[in-house]
Amino acid sequence: MMQPIVSVQNLSKTYASGLVALDGVSLDIARGEILALLGPNGAGKTTLISIICGIVTKSAGTVLVGGHDSVTDFRAARALIGLVPQELHLSIFETVWDTVSFSRQLYGRKTDAAYIETLLRMLSLWDKRNAKIMTLSGGMKRRVLIAKALSHQPQILFLDEPTAGVDVGLRKEMWSVIRSLKATGVTVILTTHYIDEAEEMADRVGVIDKGRLILVEEKATLMQKLGQKKLSLHLARPVNDIPASLKAYGLHLSPDGSVLTYVHGSGAPRDIILRLLKDAESAKLDVHDISTEQSSLEDIFMGLVAK
Amino acid sequence: MNWHAVAAIFTYEMKRFFRTMGQSLVSPVISTVLYFVVFGAAIGSRIEEIDGVSYGAFIVPGLIMLSLLTQSVSNASFGIYFPRFSGTIYEFLAAPISATEMVLGFVGAAAAKSLLIGIVILATSAFFVPLSIAHPVWMVVFMLLTAFTFSLLGFIIGLWADGFEKLQIIPLLIITPLTFLGGSFYSINLLPPFWKSVSMFNPVVYLVSGFRWSFNEVADVSVGLSLAITCLFLLLCLATIGWMFRTGYRLKT
Ligand SMILES: Nc1ncnc2c1ncn2[C@@H]1O[C@H](COP(=O)(O)OP(=O)(O)O)[C@@H](O)[C@H]1O
Ligand SMILES: [Mg+2]
Repeated sequence: MMQPIVSVQNLSKTYASGLVALDGVSLDIARGEILALLGPNGAGKTTLISIICGIVTKSAGTVLVGGHDSVTDFRAARALIGLVPQELHLSIFETVWDTVSFSRQLYGRKTDAAYIETLLRMLSLWDKRNAKIMTLSGGMKRRVLIAKALSHQPQILFLDEPTAGVDVGLRKEMWSVIRSLKATGVTVILTTHYIDEAEEMADRVGVIDKGRLILVEEKATLMQKLGQKKLSLHLARPVNDIPASLKAYGLHLSPDGSVLTYVHGSGAPRDIILRLLKDAESAKLDVHDISTEQSSLEDIFMGLVAK
Repeated sequence: MNWHAVAAIFTYEMKRFFRTMGQSLVSPVISTVLYFVVFGAAIGSRIEEIDGVSYGAFIVPGLIMLSLLTQSVSNASFGIYFPRFSGTIYEFLAAPISATEMVLGFVGAAAAKSLLIGIVILATSAFFVPLSIAHPVWMVVFMLLTAFTFSLLGFIIGLWADGFEKLQIIPLLIITPLTFLGGSFYSINLLPPFWKSVSMFNPVVYLVSGFRWSFNEVADVSVGLSLAITCLFLLLCLATIGWMFRTGYRLKT
């Protein structure tokens, strides 16, 4: 990895109640990627994000943002970050325009009407710029929070459960917003407990459970490494038994004798499928169709968290 | 220094004040008028001069102090409590703002509001009694010091409170009684010796006394002592807030 834009080392957090919310988490985030932090409720996702953003104090470890320590050099670190919190925390009596301008000023930036206009247009909020926040729908409020988080042109955007409790249409819309952000070069870290969201959006996936980062992996690698693939041979002429020459593959025969399935992980030799097909031909099986299936992130995740 | 942030917080807080300006200014004016009618006209006509000053003129500094103290505390405590309550505080914590900048914005706005109200009361008083201000510069100094110190106190209360009741209870149980017992409407020299000694532990006595001296050179305690006690209280509040931010008290878990 090039110099990571966010580098977390051995981060731990014990709340005053004695609850250990994070336990030695180390994580590097690459510039420009979309990283999904996946984990069940209470795993420590919000705590991790909150410490990086300066809202929660850490108990141990270090956080570097763009090479700046998040505590001793907090100004430089925070200037790079935008945060969209999990809850819809907004000043409801303010207008969209005012609240977004306010956020920008908090980051020490001069008001920039042209930029804020671009931002509001991108988030389809331009028509609502003079509307009071309390008159907006939940989806719009979420977009106002995104606009506020982007108001100072940060390089890194944290989205804490951007689609929790929103309907399917809004989720799709949120995903397209996130994709367009990535296209502008912003690094996006999103937390979610929806696996399909991580699968849909992320370049890399980190799995958190009980305050520990169980794994971080390129999504594709993760699928390859842990994902199981299933190859099915559909036979025109059903068979009663698996031919002796194919016994070594550990195939499974469907009760009606018409489908042979072969399950393999990433550990299998590369040419295994070709060999299987050749052996099937030698065994005089009448294969008229083949199909493959790949296990989803969900299956992988369940496998990990169960351990 | 992140001056943009200080200005943004200050403006945001003042906007709330001006949005409800009628309310913010009318009620102190009405209560001032009431005080003058009750204390100045009704009771004051029966009271001789205090230390050579007519009773009406004597209570003007006390009335202004009363408003400065209560307004500073309530403005500042509400100003910081509300974002904590509504959750919007996250934005202040995540932004590149230091404790000093945050305090300047919030406390500065609260002090500015109560100063405005103080000036309005001063102007209202002029309709009832002939005003003479012997030391205008010191009057301004005392007003500024008081507004800032008690806005800091309000900020502390707003950080400490974890419910709306607590937000109200300190002003109600401590600030108001201390102000009334602090010689706002009488000279503590009129009290029996025992109660006079007790009063000397009340910090408001020193504020009111110094402030009154700047009007008509009449004071219960020496001006230097007034100034010293006020500054001491200011430093105490600053130190407390410094500690709160260092430890993240009620701001960060
Ligand atoms: N302020 C707090 N004080 C004490 N415990 C907390 C606090 N915030 C979160 N926790 C606990 O820490 C754990 C992790 O919480 P959180 O980071 O919010 O998880 P997630 O975002 O993954 O759902 C949970 O058990 C939660 O109850
Ligand atoms: Mg969470």
